[in-house]
Amino acid sequence: MKTTLKTLVHTTVAAAALLGLAGAAHAEWPERAVTVIVPWSAGGGTDATARAVAADLEEKFGQPFNVVNRTGGGGLVGHSAIANAKPDGYTIGVITIESTMYETQGLPGVNPDSYDYVGRYNADAIGINVQADAGYAGVEALIEDVKANPGTITASGANRGGLSHLAWAGLLNKLGIAPDASIWVASDGSAPALQQLAAGAIDVVSTSPAEARSLVEAGEVATLALIADERSPLFPDIPTTTEALDVEWSPMPFRGLAGPAGLPAETVEALEAALQEICNDPEFKSFMSSRGFSVAYQDSATFKQTVYSDYEGLAETMKVLGLAK
Amino acid sequence: MSADTLLQALTIVLQTDVLLAILLGAVYGLFIGALPGLTATMSTALLVPITFYMAPVPAIALIVSSTAMAISAGDMPGTLLRIPGTPASAAYTDESYQMTLKGEASTALSIGFFFSAMGGLVGAMVLLVTGPLLAKVSLNFSSFEFFWLAVLGLLTCALVSGADAARGFTSLLFGILIATVGLDITTGSPRFVFGQMELMGGVSFIPVMIGMFAFSEILRGFTTNQSGGEEMPKLGKIVPFQGIFGLFRKYPFSFVRGASLGTAVGALPGVGGDLAAWIAYGMSKRFSKTPEKYGTGHPEGLIESTSSNNAGLSSAWIPALVFGIPGDAVTAIAVGVLFMKGVNPGPRLFVENPSMPTAIIMCFFLANLLLFPLGFVAIKLARHVLSIPRSVIVPIILVCCFLGSYAVNNTLFGVWIMLIAGAVGYVMERNGFPIAPVILGLVLGPVLERNFIMSMQISGGNLLGFFERPIAAFLGVVVCLILVATVVRSILYFRRTEPGGGDAVHEAQ
Repeated sequence: MKTTLKTLVHTTVAAAALLGLAGAAHAEWPERAVTVIVPWSAGGGTDATARAVAADLEEKFGQPFNVVNRTGGGGLVGHSAIANAKPDGYTIGVITIESTMYETQGLPGVNPDSYDYVGRYNADAIGINVQADAGYAGVEALIEDVKANPGTITASGANRGGLSHLAWAGLLNKLGIAPDASIWVASDGSAPALQQLAAGAIDVVSTSPAEARSLVEAGEVATLALIADERSPLFPDIPTTTEALDVEWSPMPFRGLAGPAGLPAETVEALEAALQEICNDPEFKSFMSSRGFSVAYQDSATFKQTVYSDYEGLAETMKVLGLAK
Repeated sequence: MSADTLLQALTIVLQTDVLLAILLGAVYGLFIGALPGLTATMSTALLVPITFYMAPVPAIALIVSSTAMAISAGDMPGTLLRIPGTPASAAYTDESYQMTLKGEASTALSIGFFFSAMGGLVGAMVLLVTGPLLAKVSLNFSSFEFFWLAVLGLLTCALVSGADAARGFTSLLFGILIATVGLDITTGSPRFVFGQMELMGGVSFIPVMIGMFAFSEILRGFTTNQSGGEEMPKLGKIVPFQGIFGLFRKYPFSFVRGASLGTAVGALPGVGGDLAAWIAYGMSKRFSKTPEKYGTGHPEGLIESTSSNNAGLSSAWIPALVFGIPGDAVTAIAVGVLFMKGVNPGPRLFVENPSMPTAIIMCFFLANLLLFPLGFVAIKLARHVLSIPRSVIVPIILVCCFLGSYAVNNTLFGVWIMLIAGAVGYVMERNGFPIAPVILGLVLGPVLERNFIMSMQISGGNLLGFFERPIAAFLGVVVCLILVATVVRSILYFRRTEPGGGDAVHEAQ
């Protein structure tokens, strides 16, 4: 014991001396390239933002941050790849809200305990989109229609049990309407759902207003409201469901940096500080707003809190909808 | 499209940085495309970080020209080594490889580049004239219409397999079966995953394609070598584009049909060029005067499908530019880059700033024109690939197989899939089962399933819903007619060949 302590002291002294000599270069993370796993495919929103963050991290730490897309299984494959990576700080990843949902869906491998959280950089509310010529004056009219004609309004935006679905069905549930009063059409993401909406095959698509904006500009689609409790700075003219319907329900899809549980504390701290700087960088901010994404930074502790409260809140909704396993 | 807009667009494109971007993109695309297993999507994704630092037009020009080139160059490994570059080129890989075996590699490669470029030019032309209009039409396609299109695509397989339709159909069903592996999107429940995390994401078609075509070919080479030795494909004379005008004059309709089909189908988001090449190949065989030559190294089907391939590539940009609905991964990335540069896709782009989309379309023109000279060089270089002795080329192919299947998702899992697919492909071919339909089933299976389930959810389980929308009803009737015609024809055929019913059998014997 004594010798260990002695060695430790010696090492520390030596390290301190070296630090003094070589500046901050000694054995400091990162010494080599870092892999950033993205659970969604190249070209999507998560991929684009992850690449921007990675490029900035590379600049800050002077080591390559390589983005690797590990797709499939509704993000499960990539999320579990991050969770199962060696927690040495050389594999991190971008996680999304889906990571909080797998366990409740009965898919093994990932839950909020799987990660150490670095910080959140983006969160955007989901919008309620309808055909422009559907004749709804506002979201209230749409909800009235669902109430009056159960089983006729079809909605889409993601797979069954995906966040789009939970946001829409959860809203109906909070309003005291049976969630299956509006039929959910499972789709592979928002692009095919928007196509269905424009073709007049379905009635509602719940997806972010950024995804729908080209069709809104084209006069094909109208965004009635955001499922949120406060308006988005990027779309200040779109009302929220909280103000229009007086309901407390705001599931916010997030994007954040995380690594496998057990990351070295100093790595998390270094990344957290870097991410905060990136989120304050005007260039990054303008990149994000040009894509229709807001910058919504949360530090490590707050992000962790958000993840756990999403995990519990969504599990509750899934139980009501009969989606929990 | 006013002359004013055209001129403005021209001045945007004829800048040094744009032209340089097009040239560099083309060379880069040629390189990526010629490497077996590396896809146009991958090449585009790699370009994104570079586009951060570029002005909008050069950034898009870079993506446009690299994809056009990568897709055309993807035919090269297919022709020379039987490794298809894209699922679209899998439709005609066997045909072009047969030409190589016959010593006509030069002609096959020339067809690839020449008709790709021509198809691309036609596609760009149509885009220029009818862009927003075509987008408006494509926006009317819902899951009902997509379902029928997918069925149509699968039916062409029966047409392609020809003489042995039963075996072709078996291969197709096998492909569709593999496509069901993974989490299904409707309920999120895992299917055929056997507790394997990696299988939850399903079986990607790229490693399967590489394995079934390339790896199985290596296996075949080994076994035939042991039983007496196999001749290397004859080199033939490598004279790029020789005799290509003769072919053009001989099969003008193949080209016109292929290019127009490609343009039409390519404009439909999510289905795009892959489906076009398959349907074009099937259609070509159907209308050909010599359908029996298909599969033996006959240029006709090659011309039709390769021109549709590139025509579809440019029209896939229409829904992306006009409505922000990307048709495939490449346009999805491009839409992202456009947004990032403050150029928001949408019909307003065409109204307020028409020179911008016009400039993008002009980049297509230039990129496709570049296919001629760069194709010339590439074909010249191809001679070296074929003159390498088999003992050297086999290890190289193996390395390419491994790299390509690894790069799909950056895991060894892809390599295992490739190896297993190779063994399965080898056994299938030995027993006379074609492998191209497996790839078709794998690509179209999910499209078919998703659109079927979506449609059933919309119509509340009513099958008649597939005939309620006008375009869907039309497509449905066409599909049913083809089915009925095929059945009736085979009944008549069997009647005639029955002993006593006719003397066809006796003649054949």
